[in-house]
Amino acid sequence: MSMMNIFNVSGSAASAQSQRLNVVASNLANADTVAGPDGQAYKARQVTFQTQLMGANANDPTAAGVTVSTISEDQTAGRRVHDPKHPSADADGYVTYSNVNAVEEMVNMISASRSYQNNIEVMNTAKSLLLKTLQMG
Amino acid sequence: MLNRLTDALDFQAQALSLRSERQRLIASNIANADTPGYVAREMNFAQALRDATGAGTTTTMLAASQPGHIGANPGAHGGASFSTLSYAAPSQTNLDRNTVDMDRERASFADNTVKYEATLRFIGAQVKTTLSAITGQ
Repeated sequence: MSMMNIFNVSGSAASAQSQRLNVVASNLANADTVAGPDGQAYKARQVTFQTQLMGANANDPTAAGVTVSTISEDQTAGRRVHDPKHPSADADGYVTYSNVNAVEEMVNMISASRSYQNNIEVMNTAKSLLLKTLQMG
Repeated sequence: MLNRLTDALDFQAQALSLRSERQRLIASNIANADTPGYVAREMNFAQALRDATGAGTTTTMLAASQPGHIGANPGAHGGASFSTLSYAAPSQTNLDRNTVDMDRERASFADNTVKYEATLRFIGAQVKTTLSAITGQ
């Protein structure tokens, strides 16, 4: 029953997208965190997706799910603001904030939620087709 | 006698199996809409059905001249042979080399859903016809 595999495929994609949404949430939550005593501020994180074949036959390209392969950190320098009165200011009076770009994160969030919805809709359609198949004849 | 009753259903059964295979293929494409480097695949349905039912052109068969040989019949394993799968031509290039066109995939998914249900109804009607012939009214 090849239709049963749709739940595995779309389920893995929905899980990967929700993981992406989770990363976006933690990035946005840390958008305004400042560097600690070590001078290292929060670094924005990003998930990378990878195709995972999940059919009964290992070479079957028709059942391609998704898995999160890596979560990488954005290595660009954080935002620096001159604020000598800030408790976390360095010797020159600069405060280092995290390098999260809020606009990018919002775009990422919308994209993740739309992809999630798409996969849920695919599962709903597959479910109704399977139920109709059970009533056949 | 009995196989004549079931032969009529066999074609629709093959079509239904291929439709569910195509549904899974499109679900895989939708699941991988955000995977970098993923190449969308398409199924040549007419060719796949021709292969599975053995209609039209003569299919290439392996000669089973020794008792240990296994006759290879394309489509006999109850699914589309991988040769009927092709790569979708990308309509727009993407930075991450992903070739999934979500508009096209959604359209194909809806199209395949309707045709799957149509095949289900064909089978149901054929069964009803046979039943009314058996009851002889």
